[in-house]
Amino acid sequence: MPLVEFRDVSYEVGGRQILSEVNFTVEAGETLVLLGRSGSGKTTALKMTNGMLFPSRGQVLVEGRPTTEWDPIRLKRHIGYVIQEVGLFPHFTVAQNVGLVPTLEGWPAADVEQRVERLLGDMGLPPSEYLRRYPRQLSGGQRQRVGVARALAADPPLLLFDEPFGALDPVTRVELQHQFLELRRDLRKTSIFVTHDVREALRLGTRIGLLTRGRLEVAADPQTFRNARTEEALAFLGSLD
Amino acid sequence: MRPDLVNDLLQLTGEHLVLVLSAMAVAMLIGVPLGILLTRREGLRQWLLGFASVMQTIPSLALFGFLIPIPFIGGIGKRTVIIALVLYALLPILRNTFVGIMSVDAAVCESAMAMGMTSGQMLRQVQLPLAAPTILAGIRVATVTTIGTATIAAAIGGGGLGVFIFRGVASVDTAQILAGAVPAALIALAADGGLGWVERKLSRA
Repeated sequence: MPLVEFRDVSYEVGGRQILSEVNFTVEAGETLVLLGRSGSGKTTALKMTNGMLFPSRGQVLVEGRPTTEWDPIRLKRHIGYVIQEVGLFPHFTVAQNVGLVPTLEGWPAADVEQRVERLLGDMGLPPSEYLRRYPRQLSGGQRQRVGVARALAADPPLLLFDEPFGALDPVTRVELQHQFLELRRDLRKTSIFVTHDVREALRLGTRIGLLTRGRLEVAADPQTFRNARTEEALAFLGSLD
Repeated sequence: MRPDLVNDLLQLTGEHLVLVLSAMAVAMLIGVPLGILLTRREGLRQWLLGFASVMQTIPSLALFGFLIPIPFIGGIGKRTVIIALVLYALLPILRNTFVGIMSVDAAVCESAMAMGMTSGQMLRQVQLPLAAPTILAGIRVATVTTIGTATIAAAIGGGGLGVFIFRGVASVDTAQILAGAVPAALIALAADGGLGWVERKLSRA
């Protein structure tokens, strides 16, 4: 059973068609990168996966169950989400931010603490130094690492990334991309990763789905994608050199 | 100073504080929850904010006058004064609660939702703490105005420092007027300073 499945998913709001009959599946262990320009519907697709939005037509299934049949809170806590512009809580310390979902889930404080320290360590942020800091006392790259640690906190099987590295300088961006690959190797998580950067897509994706004006134009592994010849694929690949 | 004046001063200052504190407590108990409600019910916004704005435009003496003939809430005395003061204090508290919550960074609210917070958890743990400095700024403005407006309470038998002022005006006695006006001004300054300090504490956190 695929972890996530989109079945003929369409979404429209205010008469505007955002997604049209999108179909794809994500198997356990995969990283599906949704590539597309701004407004192509890729963030919308991501938000449909954890039930922040629901399809106008068609179905999104997570672990075989339509998102409409999940308890909305359960579904969201079951899926890690790394948001554009991080969205860390400015009034929470790093420890509180990372421990958020476990705390909401009612883990004992000592377990939360242990989990937070372990995750910060994994993300290359020494806990003793970072636990009590506030997000504004961190660099962009550090903030994004905290964002990833927060998404991993309750050990969800699936992670969603919404252009997480978009606002970072190129050097930090590549560092975080490497860290992403290491995490995938070590934790064997499944991810859906949204980006408009074709380099990032080729580097991180086990599969790439190209969205054009709400339609999934190509869905292929990176090698096959490099040889795709649709207009939009050529436009993206052309930006490589 | 004459000992009876000192006695009066203490008693009237006490009355004044009771008026202001009761009115502010009620205004906060009504204003903050209503402000929260406004962020969730778009239809109510214009009505409530409009009502609160209109209340503020009514001259205070006239408002006291309007309230006196109304059964149950009206009449001569402290209750009428407190109701009038609450009506005045409502707008800044209501508006700042509403604006404070609405201006919490959209990315932060979205991530709270994406993390699976219920709307109650989001309100308590994210929106209210982040809006707190703005809400408190509203409470501060309302408190300072209420301290001043409460001097008019004496006109309808509500007591407070206004008693000195009205007595002084009636007998053309500047010392009496000052005995009412100076303590009222000092209380207002102290409240402004104190609440401003708390506000700065909150916005730093």
